[in-house]
Amino acid sequence: MAVCIAVIAKENYPLYIRSTPTENELKFHYMVHTSLDVVDEKISAMGKALVDQRELYLGLLYPTEDYKVYGYVTNSKVKFVMVVDSSNTALRDNEIRSMFRKLHNSYTDVMCNPFYNPGDRIQAFDNMVTSMMIQVC
Amino acid sequence: MDASEEPLPPVIYTMENKPIVTCAGDQNLFTSVYPTLSQQLPREPMEWRRSYGRAPKMIHLESNFVQFKEELLPKEGNKALLTFPFLHIYWTECCDTEVYKATVKDDLTKWQNVLKAHSSVDWLIVIVENDAKKKNKTNILPRTSIVDKIRNDFCNKQSDRRSLPLFSRCCSSSRTPWCSTTNWTPSSLSMWSTSGPGVSVPPGALDCWVFLSCLEVLQRIEGCCDRAQIDSNIAHTVGLWSYATEKLKSLGYLCGLVSEKGPNSEDLNRTVDLLAGLGAERPETANTAQSPYKKLKEALSSVEAFEKHYLDLSHATIEMYTSIGRIRSAKFVGKDLAEFYMRKKAPQKAEIYLQGALKNYLAEGWALPITHTRKQLAECQKHLGQIENYLQTSSLLASDHHLTEEERKHFCQEILDFASQPSDSPGHKIVLPMHSFAQLRDLHFDPSNAVVHVGGVLCVEITMYSQMPVPVHVEQIVVNVHFSIEKNSYRKTAEWLTKHKTSNGIINFPPETAPFPVSQNSLPALELYEMFERSPSDNSLNTTGIICRNVHMLLRRQESSSSLEMPSGVALEEGAHVLRCSHVTLEPGANQITFRTQAKEPGTYTLRQLCASVGSVWFVLPHIYPIVQYDVYSQEPQLHVEPLAEDFWAQMCRDFPLPASKQSVLQFSSDPVYWSWRQTPQDSLLAGIPQRVKFTVTTGHYTIKNGDSLQLSNAEAMLILCQAESRAVVYSNTREQSSEAALRIQSSDKVTSISLPVAPAYHVIEFELEVLSLPSAPALGGESDMLGMAEPHRKHKDKQRTGRCMVTTDHKVSIDCPWSIYSTVIALTFSVPFRTTHSLLSSGTRKYVQVCVQNLSELDFQLSDSYLVDTGDSTDLQLVPLNTQSQQPIYSKQSVFFVWELKWTEEPPPSLHCRFSVGFSPASEEQLSISLKPYTYEFKVENFFTLYNVKAEIFPPSGMEYCRTGSLCSLEVLITRLSDLLEVDKDEALTESDEHFSTKLMYEVVDNSSNWAVCGKSCGVISMPVAARATHRVHMEVMPLFAGYLPLPDVRLFKYLPHHSAHSSQLDADSWIENDSLSVDKHGDDQPDSSSLKSRGSVHSACSSEHKGLPMPRLQALPAGQVFNSSSGTQVLVIPSQDDHVLEVSVT
Repeated sequence: MAVCIAVIAKENYPLYIRSTPTENELKFHYMVHTSLDVVDEKISAMGKALVDQRELYLGLLYPTEDYKVYGYVTNSKVKFVMVVDSSNTALRDNEIRSMFRKLHNSYTDVMCNPFYNPGDRIQAFDNMVTSMMIQVC
Repeated sequence: MDASEEPLPPVIYTMENKPIVTCAGDQNLFTSVYPTLSQQLPREPMEWRRSYGRAPKMIHLESNFVQFKEELLPKEGNKALLTFPFLHIYWTECCDTEVYKATVKDDLTKWQNVLKAHSSVDWLIVIVENDAKKKNKTNILPRTSIVDKIRNDFCNKQSDRRSLPLFSRCCSSSRTPWCSTTNWTPSSLSMWSTSGPGVSVPPGALDCWVFLSCLEVLQRIEGCCDRAQIDSNIAHTVGLWSYATEKLKSLGYLCGLVSEKGPNSEDLNRTVDLLAGLGAERPETANTAQSPYKKLKEALSSVEAFEKHYLDLSHATIEMYTSIGRIRSAKFVGKDLAEFYMRKKAPQKAEIYLQGALKNYLAEGWALPITHTRKQLAECQKHLGQIENYLQTSSLLASDHHLTEEERKHFCQEILDFASQPSDSPGHKIVLPMHSFAQLRDLHFDPSNAVVHVGGVLCVEITMYSQMPVPVHVEQIVVNVHFSIEKNSYRKTAEWLTKHKTSNGIINFPPETAPFPVSQNSLPALELYEMFERSPSDNSLNTTGIICRNVHMLLRRQESSSSLEMPSGVALEEGAHVLRCSHVTLEPGANQITFRTQAKEPGTYTLRQLCASVGSVWFVLPHIYPIVQYDVYSQEPQLHVEPLAEDFWAQMCRDFPLPASKQSVLQFSSDPVYWSWRQTPQDSLLAGIPQRVKFTVTTGHYTIKNGDSLQLSNAEAMLILCQAESRAVVYSNTREQSSEAALRIQSSDKVTSISLPVAPAYHVIEFELEVLSLPSAPALGGESDMLGMAEPHRKHKDKQRTGRCMVTTDHKVSIDCPWSIYSTVIALTFSVPFRTTHSLLSSGTRKYVQVCVQNLSELDFQLSDSYLVDTGDSTDLQLVPLNTQSQQPIYSKQSVFFVWELKWTEEPPPSLHCRFSVGFSPASEEQLSISLKPYTYEFKVENFFTLYNVKAEIFPPSGMEYCRTGSLCSLEVLITRLSDLLEVDKDEALTESDEHFSTKLMYEVVDNSSNWAVCGKSCGVISMPVAARATHRVHMEVMPLFAGYLPLPDVRLFKYLPHHSAHSSQLDADSWIENDSLSVDKHGDDQPDSSSLKSRGSVHSACSSEHKGLPMPRLQALPAGQVFNSSSGTQVLVIPSQDDHVLEVSVT
């Protein structure tokens, strides 16, 4: 269902990025990187309101011809970006939100690991991400 | 956002263009329902499910229903929006299975086939329920069965599922560009290109349409808004600009307008098709000078026009993105532009965009975009002929693990190819940063403390981790070293090494993490230190704080660390001191490289730069951090002499003997514990026996040549014992034994010459010598406590009183060393192992001399041949030894007593000079090479002859058998003169009358134990005739206070001297008392009984109060040898009194 999932550090470097193996990986890297513009914009524009409402979901960041890019930001300003296929109309806002929540939970688990050094590349994420990418195809 | 901008109630738009819906099947049925349908359908609000997270909208939709004709279906490739039938409906009323099977099914199949042939997949079959018919035919099957049949026959699952959403989408999209709200994003447009999966169009047609739509929308917006509004809405419109740019770019690539040679015939055909497909321009814009239509037509018509339009669009987009702070998006469009420029062979224009994008990716650490952009940049730099930049980018790419092995090898080869080219200007160097080529991982010194003496060899072993995919031959690897003369450099380095906790002297370098400049990992850890600043005057604390020592690492500009692309000022240091290693092949991965250098000037050497040269290419690590230093020191030759007396090991062997075999094993083991035992020198040497002294010669910069020797000037009382088997061992600086040689010692009267073995500089020579301190008589003799002693020994006495330590003697030896014209003076301290005291014992008139020898040392000795001789000239004096054993052991910290009886025939001499001597040798040594001198002790005994015998007796009261407590008893003291007038009697107390001599004595009865109460006078002065057997009887009354066997009270005898007229006339009373108390104190030394002192003091104070102001006689204690108390030790029985019925009770 998702074609690319990325976790981006507060300082905007990727902690984790994975895309469907059939597609050009580089394209998604560029796409996710460019989407950070909108993430930054959204955070700064309604940062205050978001904090008050505890709303972490940023909604659709920007669409392209073939993909839709969604964003999510944790309280510690770690960003989650998810790219889905535009033709996949089954994915509604609520589905995207729940996927982000799942991702957030997994990220929290990673942070709880005492052997994980915050700021390092995340290694133990593949299973969950794969399940989110395969779920509906 | 949509929701908030949607006004309530909704604006009703009338539809100019209605989506076409075809109707097939039962036309009559349709005609019958059409009026209702056309009326009711627009009233029914429909949900418009919109994509991209926008909320669904309720809309009212009108449709244009037409009869189904095959001609209506669009031909292949023709997808005119307004004539396009979106939905095909088949109407039927059939409720009879037979009728269905006979006619309806065939008709449906035909209809479906026509639709399929035209790739139309959006259809709907409507079964209308007719109530009238249902009533007529009661036996008819339920309508549902027909529905099921139709579903089975025509609806496979997929098409069934798709039909409805598609209907809604097509309807909605029909109004999209013209009636949408203000948020313009490509989403609404992108729908067109993806909608209608079955619609196929010529390549580029959709791009054209999207491009036109975008521009038209933008134009409309520009037409109805003022400049300020447009500017404030850039965030909403910039997406369309970007989208249009992207579409124009892809059209350009499609039509061959971007290729270097221009479009070929195929490209031209495609262009013509596309332009034809555009059709005629709409009349409302046809007359305007500028329109999206005209723009597109112009752009596709020539290479130049395309370039102009494309650049305009791109620049506008980049500018807009930049203005609203979407830097990443701007860089991304810029990268497209760079690609375009590269295609157009304008790399100089492309470079700035690529650099800009790369900087952005580096700053945020996006590895894949970095690699990709770098690859583009490499090509650009190659075209531009920027050799240095290109080589650096190549080295970065060659070490990039995101590239394939082949690609990495290619870039590595590019560097090697360049390096192998003969350069036009010899000596020209291309300096590149090292980190992409190889990384310094660790460094290790040999010797590991990184301290080496002048002339010594130092090895520096480094581990370089090559990042290149292939082995690279490096002509030379050079470490530039900074030299500084620093004092205390040795200590500094040792401190540094311990601080950095380098086990085995290995220094690790943190790995460089180039791709993540902003991640916390790449920053070095804070090095914080406490800082105290004290006032120089009173050392009070002025300031305290925390200092960050590596602030220069932490606070350097982010840009400079991230723009590693440019060979930014990596300066090659040219120092005088370098470590060099030539012709090394660096294999991919870790490589060990060893530098070897001979230390020259003393000082501190800091490793600064690491360079590796491949042809004319030099890879440079500009700063080696953490700081690595080594120290070269120069040392003056030194001689060190220390006592190595009885070592602990030897003592252990003696005290706990082991089998011989085991002993030898232990003795030669290099066990460090054992070593430390041996090395521990004792405080001092023992006098009188051979002692070992360790000589350590640290050669320093001096080389010991053949014939070099140490010249020892002999001290008088110290012998250097020459042993044939003594050997010298030469150790290297690291305490490894390098050689061993016999020691040649030559002695003359004054000088002992020790020839040193040949030893190189910075070595240590160790050897041991045996020395013997001769016991010197004056130093040892005259230990006298009891009797008068010589004044010089008083110091020794004081020393012994305080510390119970041994008497020491210092021997100074002057040594001439071959490396110096000056003599070295060394003091060796020897301790006398024994302390000797003597005492005089009497038994009536018989006299004995007792000598006590106390062993103060840790060693056991064997004493032999003890002698006591009279050194005076009294011939008739005989010293009869009462000691039987000639050999006697004296253990550590124990004493041995010797006793002689004094015998004489005639009148004894007033004083006696004795010399005690005893031979001694260490008990452990079986055989000594030399005979040792005996230990001697001289002393003097004076006034030893007994003059008076004092006898005391206590008698019970008359008529009683025993003394009783509380009853007075009589004390009889009998003082008897034993000899006639002697020399010693001739003093002031002697008076002469009628040829008879008499002297004045004072007696005193004291009972220290308070057993007796003396009643009446306890002291008195008697005039004693100086004649043999003259007696004096004193009677006193005493009362026993306790019952039992009580010792008799002491009777003391003093010489009663008349006052000295000369003295008393000048002194006042106070000074006289002082004087007298001094004399008493002096005697107090001999009789260390404080209570007796007190009692005597009381006598004096009584006397002084009586005769205050008058000249007073003086008292002098008789020497111990002159009075013999024959009743000392006797006891008298006292029985309790009988009136013990009186009981005293005191209540408090």
